[in-house]
Amino acid sequence: MSVATERQDPGPAAAGVRRSGEPPGTRRPAPGTPGRGRLTGAAPYLLLLPALAVTALLLGWPLVKDGLLSFQNLNMRQLIQHLTEWNGVDNYRETLTSEDFWRVTLRSVIFTAVNVVLIMLLGTLVGLLLARLGSKMRLLLSVGLVLAWAMPPIAGTTVFQWLFAARFGVVNWVLDALGWHSMAHYNWTGSQFSTFFIITVLIVWQSIPFVAINLYAATTTIPGELYEAAALDGAGTWKSFTSVTFPFLKPFLLATTFLEVIWVFKAFTQVFAINEGGPDRLTETLPVYAFIEGVGNQHYGMGAAISVLTIVVLLALTSYYLRTVLRQEEDEL
Amino acid sequence: MKRSPLARLWPNATAVVLFIGFAFPVYWMFTTAFKPTSDIISEDPVWFPTGATLDHFQKAVNADHFWRLVGNSLTITLSAVGLSLLIALLASFALARMRFKGRRGFLVTFMIAQMAPWEVLVIAIYMLVRDGDMLNSLLPLTLFYMVMVLPFTILTLRAYVAAIPKELEESAMVDGCTRPQAFVRVIFPLLAPGLMATSLFGFITAWNEFPLVLILNKDPGAQTLPLWLSSFQTAFGDDWGATMAAASLFAIPILVLFLFLQRKAVGGLTSGAVKG
Repeated sequence: MSVATERQDPGPAAAGVRRSGEPPGTRRPAPGTPGRGRLTGAAPYLLLLPALAVTALLLGWPLVKDGLLSFQNLNMRQLIQHLTEWNGVDNYRETLTSEDFWRVTLRSVIFTAVNVVLIMLLGTLVGLLLARLGSKMRLLLSVGLVLAWAMPPIAGTTVFQWLFAARFGVVNWVLDALGWHSMAHYNWTGSQFSTFFIITVLIVWQSIPFVAINLYAATTTIPGELYEAAALDGAGTWKSFTSVTFPFLKPFLLATTFLEVIWVFKAFTQVFAINEGGPDRLTETLPVYAFIEGVGNQHYGMGAAISVLTIVVLLALTSYYLRTVLRQEEDEL
Repeated sequence: MKRSPLARLWPNATAVVLFIGFAFPVYWMFTTAFKPTSDIISEDPVWFPTGATLDHFQKAVNADHFWRLVGNSLTITLSAVGLSLLIALLASFALARMRFKGRRGFLVTFMIAQMAPWEVLVIAIYMLVRDGDMLNSLLPLTLFYMVMVLPFTILTLRAYVAAIPKELEESAMVDGCTRPQAFVRVIFPLLAPGLMATSLFGFITAWNEFPLVLILNKDPGAQTLPLWLSSFQTAFGDDWGATMAAASLFAIPILVLFLFLQRKAVGGLTSGAVKG
């Protein structure tokens, strides 16, 4: 990602120039604007310096290190003996020509797509429902949403393992009671599809509240006159939704979709903790794959290459939105 | 506009069903934690526990290293949040109140830093920490968590600072305050809600962090609670009472914090996260 370079161009360079110039105190305040003059000079750069320094050190450096590692042959032996063996683009060649990598990439993209579509669709519906409810029912539903939202991912994962437990799990009991008797002792983590099913239910359950509650908050800011005008023009429920609500919420929905894509794609805790990528490594998504290849199998250089490629895939998935945001920022500032 | 009773029934009925759907896993966690084992391993689920026991909690609390890890988690989380607040206050003040060259660049930098792919950087971080001979230490985790929550803290605090009228500071400065004094006496108290909201979010992020501690601190005494919970589950296997008690112990602080935080979270999160 461009974090490191992005930081370097305006940051230290500009700060250096400023700092070698006049110290803040010697600046003469511009006439008529008390204090204004002090706002220029080195002060802002000094105030930003700690934040930039720690970010460069603790985020920039690992990013660079990850890039460097990805060009090294680094396994258990090299790690223990502190050897640095460069091997050019071998890791990338091996990764990009392995069927596994492409299978995992495709799996990650589909996994992200399915989850984000479900989250956005259901989250929007729940949000619109919140807007329609009376205050008591809205409070009730909000409490439920906040509980799910607040549940720490690792605790949520543990609870879902219990809900879907083969023996004494509530889900199997309910399915059995509904007449699906073959599900009475079903082992959910035994197959790829059913494991992904639990992970998806878990992630969607935890993510809907964010979309729904924020969307509801956004709808409360829609001016009522817009609906009155639409009603005067003879718009029904659906028409007023498509002509007023939706256009108003569009920027919000775009921003949220973008966030959810990032969050779901990077989801590690839930995917890893539910079954460690199993059975037979069939539920590894890219971050988990990088972790298991790199750390679990002690192919640190390969793992780093997969990490770099994972970041590239993530950037590709979010590029459209990132471009829009960066362009907007230019207009606004 | 009048709605028929039937038209009102549907949304309300849906709301009740959804409430149950969203709250049930949390309810099931707490009730399982308190249920006697005979209720947990009954062929038909016991929906409403008749008796309550603290046995499972006792087991969780007496598990290896529990109190040690509570201490670790609290130390790391509170220091990470405290440090990031301090650093973010300075930066957000510059970004909200000052005009300078490269301001937009800084903002975009923090926005991008907020998307940092920490989950896939674990290998690089592992190598760095290992080269520094700091595996199984609390310091690297503290520092990384601090940077993890820093961009969000900066961007959100900036929005809070920007919302405070400039005139308040200026009038304090007319009354003889220096700029830093004006900040401490006038802005700081008004920032309290913003500081609360950002520090609570920071707390939640650091408290929950899993991939980094998973790889950096293999020594059981140097771990944090998320790792304890996941390994507890492995160790206690089918003892769902103890596991749910452990999960409850881990989740309660966050659930409580969230109840205070939720109102502030709405809107603030999206604006801070993407709008900068």
